[in-house]
Amino acid sequence: MIQAERRELQPGVFLTALRTRKFKTGCLSLHFIAPLDPATASIHALLPQVLHRGTEACPGMEQLSALLDSYYGAYMEPSVRKVGDCQCLGFVGSFVDDAYLPDKPRLLEKMADLLGDLLLHPATRNGRFYSEWLEGERDNLLDRILAQRNDKMTYAPLRLIRLMCQDEVYGVSNLGTEETAKAVRMPQLFHTYQELREHAPIEIFYCGSAAADRVEEALRHSLRELPARRRDPWPETAVLRHAPEGAPREFTERMDVLQGKLGMGFRTGITVQDEEFPALILFNAVYGGTASSKLFMNVRERLSLCYYASSGLHRHKGIMTVQSGVEFSNFQRARDEIMAQLEACRQGDFDEAELHAARRAMVNALRGATDSQLQMEDYYLGQTLAGLDYGPGEMALLLEDVTREQVIEAARRVELDSVYYLTGMEDGHEGT
Amino acid sequence: MRERNYTRLGEIVWTEKLANGLQIFVVTKPEFAKTYAFFAVKYGGMDMRFEEDGQWRDTPAGVAHFLEHKMFDTEDGNALQVLAANGAQPNAFTGSDMTAYYFDSTENFEENLRTLLSFVSVPWFTRESVDKEQGIIGQEIRMGEDDPSLRCYYDMLEALYDHLPVRTSVAGTVESIADITADTLYACHRTFYQPANMCLCVVGDVDPNLVRRAAEEILPRQSGRADIPRDYGEPEEPRAVTPRRERRMEVSMPLFMVGWKCDAPLEGPESLRQELIHDLAYELLMGESSPLYTRLYEQGLVNKNFGGGWDRVHGGACFYAGGESRDPDAVRDAIAEEAQRIGREGLDEAFFQRTQRALYGSRLRRLNSFDSVCIELATAYFYGSDYYTFAECYDAITKEDAEQCIRTCFTPERTALAVVLPLEDSDSGEE
Repeated sequence: MIQAERRELQPGVFLTALRTRKFKTGCLSLHFIAPLDPATASIHALLPQVLHRGTEACPGMEQLSALLDSYYGAYMEPSVRKVGDCQCLGFVGSFVDDAYLPDKPRLLEKMADLLGDLLLHPATRNGRFYSEWLEGERDNLLDRILAQRNDKMTYAPLRLIRLMCQDEVYGVSNLGTEETAKAVRMPQLFHTYQELREHAPIEIFYCGSAAADRVEEALRHSLRELPARRRDPWPETAVLRHAPEGAPREFTERMDVLQGKLGMGFRTGITVQDEEFPALILFNAVYGGTASSKLFMNVRERLSLCYYASSGLHRHKGIMTVQSGVEFSNFQRARDEIMAQLEACRQGDFDEAELHAARRAMVNALRGATDSQLQMEDYYLGQTLAGLDYGPGEMALLLEDVTREQVIEAARRVELDSVYYLTGMEDGHEGT
Repeated sequence: MRERNYTRLGEIVWTEKLANGLQIFVVTKPEFAKTYAFFAVKYGGMDMRFEEDGQWRDTPAGVAHFLEHKMFDTEDGNALQVLAANGAQPNAFTGSDMTAYYFDSTENFEENLRTLLSFVSVPWFTRESVDKEQGIIGQEIRMGEDDPSLRCYYDMLEALYDHLPVRTSVAGTVESIADITADTLYACHRTFYQPANMCLCVVGDVDPNLVRRAAEEILPRQSGRADIPRDYGEPEEPRAVTPRRERRMEVSMPLFMVGWKCDAPLEGPESLRQELIHDLAYELLMGESSPLYTRLYEQGLVNKNFGGGWDRVHGGACFYAGGESRDPDAVRDAIAEEAQRIGREGLDEAFFQRTQRALYGSRLRRLNSFDSVCIELATAYFYGSDYYTFAECYDAITKEDAEQCIRTCFTPERTALAVVLPLEDSDSGEE
């Protein structure tokens, strides 16, 4: 297994480096870690996009693209993601390993420099970002928020979390809302930029053929003008261990669609930080996480109630959701069957073969993640924010020791919190 | 098996054509946890009319995709479950001219490979199981009908092509799949699922001989024919059938897809070079680093979702580009104008060099991804070329090749625009 090496480059600035020669590319990312907050979510989502429009040295998209093209199609893309109650914003880059290039251009150093330029030397006019870049990116952000409605398969899960966690930080959208996006102005954006640059914790990730020393040296050089900061902690994710009084809450939305979506949100009482977490992973896999799971085999295959039915975990927040595409007339039957299958798991009504299949599938997926630089980048950032230092390969090992009783125990802790229906304009479904 | 070392790419590929006509590729990748197997058939949604025992046979739209779903059924149960229980992540897809079954696993690879080879080569259909699948696929088709991007894509193909069956949805319609019976499925399997019409690609830290042995032991000995006659109708005219199509759906802003009809693609060793040139032409004209893209982006006419490329099927090809825009017609016109300018003035040499270098780097990066390696290998094989020669192929492409391509393909009469507009009375609020 590849060992991750963690180094503190300066207080509050950490590098996680994984050395391997198996990829054709190197991967380099940097994120500021900020609290997720409705007041700043849109600003944080916007900032990397505006920074990505140009640097002092490359003051425009065309110049920046030309530079990256000359680095053999390297990219350094804006990134914003929600990890528990934190919002991580920055850049994720990828570039071909020197081993495969005739002129050995030392792309790691060049990309580290570019990263430093994007963060510390943005193109400015009168001490501010170009206003037309803010305006353009604000429109794009607005479009992205509105476009979330277009693909119902991804929209329904977003809405479920939004509604289920409407009184919690976690309910805040990673992009903010239409209103907060529209309201972003230069003074706040620039102020937020300065705050982050001066104070926010920074997490850097590298995976590729270079030794950690070389990566550290490249970053020390490219970030030499980064202001010194304190080592501040980031916010802990607030976890509701039980469904609230009056659960399940029900939400119905209508759109002009031919097929309905049914989403169900559960509180599991277990997060990635808990020792029961490997058991929760296996329970989720037995229940709805794989193509041999109970939901797939029963709701889809045996009863043909839907085209898809699967469950997934929000590992930092202790939430499990079930997502399903259902004919309007089958909403109730699908919901009943989804609950019946949960009850079966709680009763231990799954055989050794089901548990075995679930374990092998999850072990395979976690080990497989070590074959993808981007999956490792995402996994390690999530682990770091939860205060954990191990990767997907180590998590796979933990799954091997989970017992059947522990899986049943995890299933018994799950409580239904919210049910979300996305239905047609006139379908006969009685909304509440 | 024959070993070939592609030193520029740092890749080793083992190949062999078995006596029954099956082509095998094994790309050995030390240190990777996963091994990936990909079993592909040169048969897809557009192969609806074909020759069987000297007679033309017509099959309903959606049959290749239906067959893909039903192949997982075995006499003893379901191969999907067998593979999943053994730690593999199996799946399959059906395109217009290819169907593929694949899995990755980090353990029990040989056993999983044998399962894959066996369920794809041994059909098992019953009336009950076919009837039941009609419900499941019906749902999938409906889901596709709710998908504005997919609708837009097919609208574009229908506007470009008069009869080439690539314009027919791969999944078919609820009505067309109602005509599918177990007999139809057996006939299609018998005709197309023959070793000589298939290829097997494996990528990972694996012994190539293990792959060959498994294929030799499990697959049929007789080869069948490699060149199964299929009828796609008369060659298409270069002209697009309709310049513009429009529909309304539940979307927040207009979606669009522009297509430019190209001549039927080459088959043979030159097909890879043709693909690379078209790829390059797309990037030079409207890729993310192009002056045109920057202009459109800065004018707010396109956003980061804008994208496209060059797509081909046997018998037809097109450039396409699409995304979200408040004014899709303006985007189409701007592309047309830029293509004309390039046709007149030619391309900047430095820009050409840079773009070529960038595309080479992107293809190198894609070698990290096992599924993309397999799709590229199988596609190139079915078109008659060797994918791993792309490095040398790039060396031989000139600026003039790309200019010529842009000049030929991006003309007004070859263009068709499909647009999906928001519903007229749609309330656009999120809450």
